[in-house]
Amino acid sequence: MAALDELDAAFRDAIGDPTFTATLSDLERDYTGRPSPLTRARRFEVECGGARVYLKREDLNHTGSHKINNVLGQALLTTRMGKRRVIAETGAGQHGVATATAAALLGLECTVYMGEEDTRRQALNVARMRLLGAEVVPVLNGSRTLKDAINEAMRDWVTHVADTHYLLGTVTGPAPFPEMVRHFHSVIGRETREQILAIEGRLPDAVVACVGGGSNAMGIFSAFLDDPSVRLVGYEAGGEGVETGRHAARFVAGTPGVLHGARTYVMQDAWGQTVPSHSISAGLDYPGVGPEHAWLHDSGRATYEPVTDAEAMEAFELVSRTEGILPAIETAHALAGACRLGRELGRDAVIVVNLSGRGDKDVVTAARWFGLGVDPTE
Amino acid sequence: MNGRQQAVFARAAQERRAALIGYFPAGFPSAADSVRVMAAMVRGGVDLLEVGLPYSDPLMDGPVIQAAVESALRVGATTDDVLVVVDRVSELGAVPLVMSYWNPIERYGLERFATRLGEAGGVGVITPDLTPEEAGEWIAVTDECGIGRTFLVAPSSTDVRIERVSRATTGFLYAASTMGVTGVRDQVSDAAPALVERVRTVTDLPVGVGLGVSTEQQAASVAAYADGVIVGSAFVRAVQEASDIAAAEYAVEALSAELARGVRT
Repeated sequence: MAALDELDAAFRDAIGDPTFTATLSDLERDYTGRPSPLTRARRFEVECGGARVYLKREDLNHTGSHKINNVLGQALLTTRMGKRRVIAETGAGQHGVATATAAALLGLECTVYMGEEDTRRQALNVARMRLLGAEVVPVLNGSRTLKDAINEAMRDWVTHVADTHYLLGTVTGPAPFPEMVRHFHSVIGRETREQILAIEGRLPDAVVACVGGGSNAMGIFSAFLDDPSVRLVGYEAGGEGVETGRHAARFVAGTPGVLHGARTYVMQDAWGQTVPSHSISAGLDYPGVGPEHAWLHDSGRATYEPVTDAEAMEAFELVSRTEGILPAIETAHALAGACRLGRELGRDAVIVVNLSGRGDKDVVTAARWFGLGVDPTE
Repeated sequence: MNGRQQAVFARAAQERRAALIGYFPAGFPSAADSVRVMAAMVRGGVDLLEVGLPYSDPLMDGPVIQAAVESALRVGATTDDVLVVVDRVSELGAVPLVMSYWNPIERYGLERFATRLGEAGGVGVITPDLTPEEAGEWIAVTDECGIGRTFLVAPSSTDVRIERVSRATTGFLYAASTMGVTGVRDQVSDAAPALVERVRTVTDLPVGVGLGVSTEQQAASVAAYADGVIVGSAFVRAVQEASDIAAAEYAVEALSAELARGVRT
């Protein structure tokens, strides 16, 4: 609690300090490369019912995903608190890479916890983190995925709290993390709103994103919460199909519970034990979800739907071939959802998809899925 | 407040010693064998038995206890099984508490859990991941059922926090000796005496100190300033290293007797 109180105070103090916000926005412009473009997906949208589809290009950020937005904010906060070390959990590796990057930039020590299962399916990102000077610790307990990496990071944090900041990568965990991570990603929503108004002269009919913990979705949703005409849709991992039990569809099969210090929807059994989730994408493979998403779900402001591995991979292929963009498999869930929604809304609709990350890390998984006969690891 | 729990500390105080509080996870290596181990702990001299409720995400536990609870869950330990274990050890003369992360209790139902625990002879519950701010309903339910509540403080806790935690606690206050997770350590942190001293300025509750205690000498040094000495991983490790359950019972009883000597010196 003391560490959370300290963090909360430091966060509130920082965002009220013009020097801090100026330093952060300079880094966003000069290091991350913001603002990220909003790209019309002209050939993709033809295949999706003809609605006008725009892609918010977080994949073009330095390190290849939206994760860097939150990481730079929290890394600056770390130095402001006088701590010299950051730790992080990572699923797909994008948050770990972003954290290792910011640590290198600011001269911080960095340890990243990653489920052993994930270190195998995202081997490229493990190598990237190590090249950036971070220590990557494979986590061998539990289901060996993101939730277990979070457990291990929290254990490290309580042990080294005096000099270490836990740079949590998504909008879950105890307060102030959900609010703080949303704050640092809200730049996605602010830019999108300005860009779509400039291009279309009106608000979009829908804003959609994939939801693991839910940070990219919360970032882009945050600018449209007060616009009732804008539908907000999050797509979670339907895995092999919700009926198979091998999925991460918390809003379909989860129930209210407490996980990692947050009260939210959790995949759990009758005894309150966390049930392992499953997804082809490591980044969506989490049995809980950000508590603010649970609130948006319960209030009806946002809706959440599952997208299966197969649907996501179909969209992965479609957007690769129609737009020349290899998306992260996490992001492919949002693209599949956008396509579904485009067919429902028809030609006059405007849909914005948060293209949260690029797919280089997923090339091996995709090559296997499509049976391309090229496995770069062999 | 629970009378039987109070009596344990009162008797220890009368004997001018600390109480020995021993943790062991229910269902490890099986439900029946965990009862045998706990009975051996009590025979050796454990005053207050902390029955662990296995949970899939034990954030406060180190590798030794993690491995044991994972194994208990693999063989299918449930909350009902834990309550049966409490009932059995209570019949054997132990004074049992449950140590549980919050989600399994919430899922079971607060009132149902507290009621059944009371019926099984349980005297209290330690909730390491529940903060007093979030405990309103739990406080009401445990008061109703006469079940003791134990919350935790750590060396990083501010005085304001210690006071808030003390007000919510009935039974004993759990002071984590160090910033970290459960596990056997060569040395008990020197942060613990200072923490207990700060606790004493705000409350008369008995204070148990845990994290890192595994030997007679460590128990003796903690007993010099605390009302309870909490030992967990050392018991679990003794069972993990034993060749069979009989050997485990023997080793655990011997360890318990050694620690019981420690809290009396």
